Amino acid sequence: MADWMELREAVAAFVHDGDCVALEGFTHLIPFAAGHEIIRQQRRRLSLVRMTPDLIYDQLIGAGCAARLTFSWGGNPGVGSLHRFRDAVEHDWPAPLDIDERSHCDLANAYVAGASNLPFAVFRGYAGSDLPSVNPRIRSIECPFTGEKLAAVPSVRPDVTVIHAQKADAKGNVLLWGILGVQKEAALAAKRVIVTVEEKVESLNAPPNSCVLPSWVIHAVCETPRGATPSYAHGYYERDNRFYRAWDGISRDREKFKQWVDRFILGTENFSEFLALQSELENKAVAL
Amino acid sequence: MSASFSAEEMMTVAAARLLSNRAVCFVGIGIPSTAANLARLTHAPDAVLIYESGTIGAKPSVLPLSIGDGNLAETADTVVSTPEVFRYWLQGDRIDVGFLGAAQLDKFGNLNTTVVGSYRNPQVRLPGAGGAPEISYSARETLIVLTQSKRTFVEKLDFITTAGFLNRRNAGERSGPFGKGPVAVITDLCILRPDAVTQELMVAHIHPGVTRQTIGARTGWAIKFAPECDETLPPDVHELEVLRALKARTAAAYGVQGVVA
Repeated sequence: MADWMELREAVAAFVHDGDCVALEGFTHLIPFAAGHEIIRQQRRRLSLVRMTPDLIYDQLIGAGCAARLTFSWGGNPGVGSLHRFRDAVEHDWPAPLDIDERSHCDLANAYVAGASNLPFAVFRGYAGSDLPSVNPRIRSIECPFTGEKLAAVPSVRPDVTVIHAQKADAKGNVLLWGILGVQKEAALAAKRVIVTVEEKVESLNAPPNSCVLPSWVIHAVCETPRGATPSYAHGYYERDNRFYRAWDGISRDREKFKQWVDRFILGTENFSEFLALQSELENKAVAL
Repeated sequence: MSASFSAEEMMTVAAARLLSNRAVCFVGIGIPSTAANLARLTHAPDAVLIYESGTIGAKPSVLPLSIGDGNLAETADTVVSTPEVFRYWLQGDRIDVGFLGAAQLDKFGNLNTTVVGSYRNPQVRLPGAGGAPEISYSARETLIVLTQSKRTFVEKLDFITTAGFLNRRNAGERSGPFGKGPVAVITDLCILRPDAVTQELMVAHIHPGVTRQTIGARTGWAIKFAPECDETLPPDVHELEVLRALKARTAAAYGVQGVVA
C-alpha cells in the first residue's frame, strides 16, 4: 500500500547507494524532480536503467551518482549529444561508466520479462548487428518448435523504479495517460516503486482500461507539481524545448555543469525551490 | 515549372516521394520524419505514420522535436505502450516501410549509430541503436536518409549497429523472416539503390545540378553508377510550398532558441 510522503523522504527510504534504479518515461513524464532529489542526497554507485537516458541521466552521470548505465538511445532529443554521458564514456569523467547497451526493442521486452517474473526476454532482433559482440548479455536461443534463432536478453529487475504520473487518489492509486512508454512495465518489474504525481485528487474517475497502477504495487506516492519539467505532462504542461536546447550549452563544459548542479540542485531545498529559481532567472532574462 | 531549392529540400522531397499512399511507415526522428510528413501532406494522405513512442497513425501539424512529443499523441489514431509498438506492430509484421537516418553507412547499407573509433575507447560516442536494428529487420523494406560526405559514406564501418545487406560473404547469417532491407538510400546528392545481384548500393538518380565527380568526391569508396542512372525530377512548386509551410509552422511553434540559466 502506497504511503503519501515528501519526495525527500521517499528517496531517503527507498533509493540506496549501489541500487539498480530505473527512472522511466519516454520523452513524456520523465521524473526530473526525483532525479534531482537523488543528486541532492548524493547517492553513489547506482546502476541506472533507462531506454533514453535523456537530460535526467546526463545530470545523474555528471553529478557522479552512476557506476553503470543500461540504455538503448543516448542523445538529447531534437538537439544533439548528451555531453555528460559522452564525457563519462569517452574520458571517464567524473568516474568510469560501465555501459550495458541494448536496442529499444530489447529493453522494452526486458522490462516486460521483468514485470512477468521471467528470467529473460525473447524477441526477433539484432541480426547482423555488432552489439551482441560487445555486450555478453545479448545472446540467442533456438525456438524449440521451429528452430528459429531468436535474441535472448536478461530481464530488467530494478531495485527501485521511479515514474511520474498525472494523478493519484487519497489511497495512492495512480492514473497516467498519453505516451506511456515502459512505465507500467518498469514499475511492475521493480522491488520498490516511487511515483511522483502532478496532483492528489479525490477520485481518479478513470474509465475502464485506463492505465491505473493500484496503490498496493506502489511504496511511495509524492505530490510533485511540474515534477516532469523540462519534459512534459500531457494535459498539464508542455515540453520546455528551450531548456533542452539550453542544456547543450550548460552540459558541454565540466565547470559550467558543476556550477549549474551546485546552484540549481545542491543549492535548492527541493524541486519547487528549483522551479522558483529557474522562473525568477527567466523573468529577469525577459525583463532585460 | 521549377523553382530554386536547397540540397536538403531536394533530399527531403526525393525521400518523401518514395513513400506510397496507404503505406504503413515506422518513422525515425529528423529528416525521415520530415519526409514522411511531407508525403502525408502531398501524395500520400493515407500513409500511416508510426513512431516508436507508440503513436500509431500520427498526423502532427508541426514536426516533432522528439519522438514522443505530445502533438504525436494528440493526433494519433491510437497510442500504445512502447513494448506493444515493438512486439505487436513491428515484430507483428505490420510495417511496410522503416524510415531511418544514420551517422554512417557502408556500400551494403549497413548503418552505424554507435561509435566512431573502438567500442571500448571511442573517439566519438554516438547515441546508439534506438529502434533501428529491429526496424531494419522486421519492416518489409527500409528507406535510409542521410547527408552524403566522406565522413558519412565510409568504406568500412567502425561498428555495425543495424544490418542492411551486410555483405555477400556473411549475408547468409541473417536468419528468420526478414524484409527486403534498404531498397533506397536518399542523400543530398542522389538516390542509391542496391544492385539486384551484388546488393551493393549504386547511384540510380542524380539530383539536378550535381555531378558524378561531386558524388565520387563525397563517398568513401569507389562508388558505382547504375547503367540506367538518370536525373532526379526537381521538387515541384507544390512540394516546395508544402515543405516550407511545414517548416515555418514548426519554427513558429518552437519559437526562437532561448537560453535559460
